[in-house]
Amino acid sequence: MTPIINSGRTDNKKRLSQAIAFTIFKLMSYSVVLILFLILGFIVTKGIGVISWDFLTKAPEEGMTKGGIFPAIVGTLCLVLGSSIFSFPIGIMSGIYMNEYAAGNKFATFIRIMTNNLSGVPSVVFGLFGMSLFVNTMKFGDSILAGSLTLGLLSLPLVIRTTEESLKAIDKSYREGSLALGATKLQTIRKVIMPMAFPNIITGLILSIGRVSGETAPILFTVAAYFLPKLPTSIFDQVMALPYHLYVISTSGTDIEATRGIAYGTALVLIVIVLIVNLLANFLRSYFAKKVKTN
Amino acid sequence: MISGSITSITILLIIIFLFKEASGLFNSPVIEEGYVLAFNKANPVKKLSSYQIKEIFDGKITNWDEVGGKEEPIELVRLSDLTKYYTEAELGANFENIPAKASELTAKHPGIVLFLPKNYVAKNFNGTLLKHETLRPGDFFGGKEWYPTASPSPQYGLLPLLLGTIWVSLGAILLSLPFGIAVAVYLAEICSMRVRNILKPVIELLAGIPSVVYGFFGLVVIVPIIQKTFQLPVGETALAGSVVLGIMALPTIITVAEDAMRTVPRAMKEASLALGATHWQTIYKVIIPYSKSGITSAAVLGIGRAIGETMAVLMVTGNAAVIPHTLLEPVRTIPATIAAELGEVSAGGGHYQALFMLGVILFIITMIISISIEFIGKKKYSN
Repeated sequence: MTPIINSGRTDNKKRLSQAIAFTIFKLMSYSVVLILFLILGFIVTKGIGVISWDFLTKAPEEGMTKGGIFPAIVGTLCLVLGSSIFSFPIGIMSGIYMNEYAAGNKFATFIRIMTNNLSGVPSVVFGLFGMSLFVNTMKFGDSILAGSLTLGLLSLPLVIRTTEESLKAIDKSYREGSLALGATKLQTIRKVIMPMAFPNIITGLILSIGRVSGETAPILFTVAAYFLPKLPTSIFDQVMALPYHLYVISTSGTDIEATRGIAYGTALVLIVIVLIVNLLANFLRSYFAKKVKTN
Repeated sequence: MISGSITSITILLIIIFLFKEASGLFNSPVIEEGYVLAFNKANPVKKLSSYQIKEIFDGKITNWDEVGGKEEPIELVRLSDLTKYYTEAELGANFENIPAKASELTAKHPGIVLFLPKNYVAKNFNGTLLKHETLRPGDFFGGKEWYPTASPSPQYGLLPLLLGTIWVSLGAILLSLPFGIAVAVYLAEICSMRVRNILKPVIELLAGIPSVVYGFFGLVVIVPIIQKTFQLPVGETALAGSVVLGIMALPTIITVAEDAMRTVPRAMKEASLALGATHWQTIYKVIIPYSKSGITSAAVLGIGRAIGETMAVLMVTGNAAVIPHTLLEPVRTIPATIAAELGEVSAGGGHYQALFMLGVILFIITMIISISIEFIGKKKYSN
């Protein structure tokens, strides 16, 4: 009889330790949600009072203690647009090349390793590099062009990787079916593969826009202006940008207390951009997933 | 194919340009451009390192025997100190007599160190000029002080910055690794699909928040909390940086660790359960050991993120370039130094080159991390 009682005890003990461990894990996981809501809640509650039509459409005034952040919003838009023009075509093309043409060969493996390495390079190093190559060597000066190229290089690994993964997810039978019907490889990619991979690629591109719009370190020395109330007129102009603006007014303003409100407002605008980007990406993902199913 | 190679070309270009800008560092003079240090002719000391010069000018080295010379007190004379030895009339109305007087003074005083602009050095200067010394690699890699605006000899010591970076990153990973693994286990093994569908987007959002917003949050929330809890004069400390970086590294660690746990073969899990192990025993005896290499990559990747992070750290760590002794002191990391100082320096100077050298070091560190992750991944396959 004794052994059975014993095993019953250890069973209880086992069950107890499992219950304790799982509760701890659960609490820790929920605290991650809590952290997110703390950050979001804090910035939203403090920043919501600052946001007004004037705040979003006026230039800063009186040593940045009053007025709005319109030039910074425009600047960030310019940079996002500029970097996308550069990184999207190149990124998508190289993703296609790596998955469809060079899959498995040594060269593609090498490129993949390099792409991974590039995605691990700190953003401030991109800033140094952009300054050295685009600003000094190519003589673009501090300009939208230099900043966009730097940001474009930064987002390139992300674009390549999402393209590659989306292509990889497509079943081999589609390619073989198309080729069997006499289509060339290029036709297969254009007419069969790309339309299928498109939703996932778009999702990746949107996420990369989110990342680019929040980067500060790469634009510090390539484009960002401390205070520039006028809007840019050419790609060789400097601009203000939202993340840099937030950094400047929260750390080195002449009157930190007076600019705090504007800092909360700017942080809120940045967060809202990120939220929109993420929601959009999630929405597209589920929308296309449904569409593919019903087809 | 051309577009495919662009990432490789970029890496190559990054290497070339960072090294190009940084390469001049060890050819840059130890004393400020346009100035000279002069000694008495009888003085046997002909060379001084950057650090020694700084210590002399700070009044910490006061005797020549400390730098390998004779027993003789050091007499420090700057251009402005010349008025102590000569009247203004003697120096001339337009200071036209300074070269002659400087030469005379150097000849008279055996322990003198005269610091003066090059154009005041007379043709027949009666003394020895410090040889055109350049910054030695040892001064950079082993230097304990980062003080690039010091006059006359700027200090480019890597150690305080490197140690600052390591302290902050290690603190961050210690905070976020247990957390990250717990969440990964919960996501991969315990929670229901419904909970997972809530947690996943939350983690993605956490990854999407710009670093400058994290920095701002740290500055207005975490810094004051730390200041109050530990009764510190300032809350901007290594600990604040670690906490902020820890939150920022969480999404990376969770995602990579969870992916690793999901690759554990179903058969192994089922075998363990069939043998009578509880779910929890299966997790810590089978699943965690099996996904060890994935968890290691998660940790390494998290450290990589933490080391390279710039803005958030710049905003919350206080940026004092001193070697830290506890987590409750202000520190300055390598990326923060680059971001804070590059805007103020002139292109091509010693300070500029030193900052690019920091960039090179940062780049090398992250390369090592990327390659080691590649290596960890390979090892798993061969097992």
